[in-house]
Amino acid sequence: MNKLTAKHQCPECLYIYDAKIGDEYEGYDPGTLFEDLPNDFSCPDCSVRFKIDFIELSSI
Amino acid sequence: MTTYSAYSNTGSKILYKDKKRWFWLLSSIFPLQAIAGIYGHHITGNQLWLLLPLIFIYILAPLLDFILEEDTNNPPEEVTLLLNSDSYYRILTYIAVPMHFIGLIAAAWWISTNQLDWWGYLSLSIVAGNISGLGINTGHELGHKKGKFEKNLAKLVLAVPFYGHFTIDHNQGHHREVATPMDGSSSRMGESFYAFVCREIPAAITRSFGTENIRLQRRKQDFLCFDNQILQSYVISTILQGSIIVIFGLKIIPFLFIHNIFAWLQLSSANYIEHYGLLRQKDELDHYERCKPHHSWNSNHVFSNLVLFHLQRHSDHHTHPTRRYQSLRNYDDLPSLPNGYLGCYLIAYIPWLWFYIMDKKLLKLSHINGDLRKINIHPAKKLTLMNKYQQT
Repeated sequence: MNKLTAKHQCPECLYIYDAKIGDEYEGYDPGTLFEDLPNDFSCPDCSVRFKIDFIELSSI
Repeated sequence: MTTYSAYSNTGSKILYKDKKRWFWLLSSIFPLQAIAGIYGHHITGNQLWLLLPLIFIYILAPLLDFILEEDTNNPPEEVTLLLNSDSYYRILTYIAVPMHFIGLIAAAWWISTNQLDWWGYLSLSIVAGNISGLGINTGHELGHKKGKFEKNLAKLVLAVPFYGHFTIDHNQGHHREVATPMDGSSSRMGESFYAFVCREIPAAITRSFGTENIRLQRRKQDFLCFDNQILQSYVISTILQGSIIVIFGLKIIPFLFIHNIFAWLQLSSANYIEHYGLLRQKDELDHYERCKPHHSWNSNHVFSNLVLFHLQRHSDHHTHPTRRYQSLRNYDDLPSLPNGYLGCYLIAYIPWLWFYIMDKKLLKLSHINGDLRKINIHPAKKLTLMNKYQQT
């Protein structure tokens, strides 16, 4: 799967990180790959799930 | 009364009515208690009426919690989505926001237009502070929600006691580090309320500023900018409290000072009792385990839950931080407080009594079973507690 079209979801609050859009509020520019998010990245909405917990939507 | 209906996995129909539906209004109107005291003073001319809200919070509320049967009921999981999407509940949190502004301005107006004795001045200032402490609780409920509108309302209500850094510190700091020694908002066994306050308040400011600074750096912005969420709230605080000084005169400054301090102390009181001594364990990779229900103290006492937007179902709140207050659940065998939060605050203010009651409860928890290694201990008291409980 193209990494730029990948979407990853927080399993707790269902926040979606879309690499194509990034997250303007959090300061992740459009095109920032999920893999390139900092290692200590936590869900911007619930804060209690981390990068390692996120689920790639295409894999569901 | 609204009936929610859903189907279970097995296909059977589930009907649910929220018996507390109308009682949640109490959380919205509880901030008006200062006005009740002011009205009593106005009618009778007796300043003792200004003490009424203090009697209500510290005597009547704990008494009601003691008398009324605890509520362990949960809405069925199947109707949670329906319950969450019912706008009535969120409107109650919106209504609470202006109540805090009204409470502060009414108290400031009354203090500046009446010749009160020192104790009348002091008690009305404390009452106003306590109410703004409840405002931090309203800000807590709103600040956890995803939408911009509710996040902005949180900023607004947190501005009343000048505590605009709360949402960032709480959501991204406390929820990540809860029940670990790193968390400034998790109290430790042997740590008095007063020692905790001195640690917590500055830690919340530094952690939130650091967190917001990192976000702004990612956005290639300076800390001093319009997008700084903390400074936005501080600006509202400055306008609000500055206007109060301009309108009511310089003699209102001690009132505002006492008000702010007591609002912050209300929050510290809640934080002190919510995770006292509880500790997440580390796995083989030295990572802290995920926050579990037994890492929070809870209370199913009815009255205080109804005036605090269910804050006391704290384990479920930490498990599902964005879940709305009306849907928070009780679990079996949770660490349980002896009274509602308001009654427990009183116990916390008397350190020896708090230690006497809570240390025993803490050690008895099934996941701790008397093992001090499984407790978050105040470093200064570690040796004393080890000796006391004869552990090496």
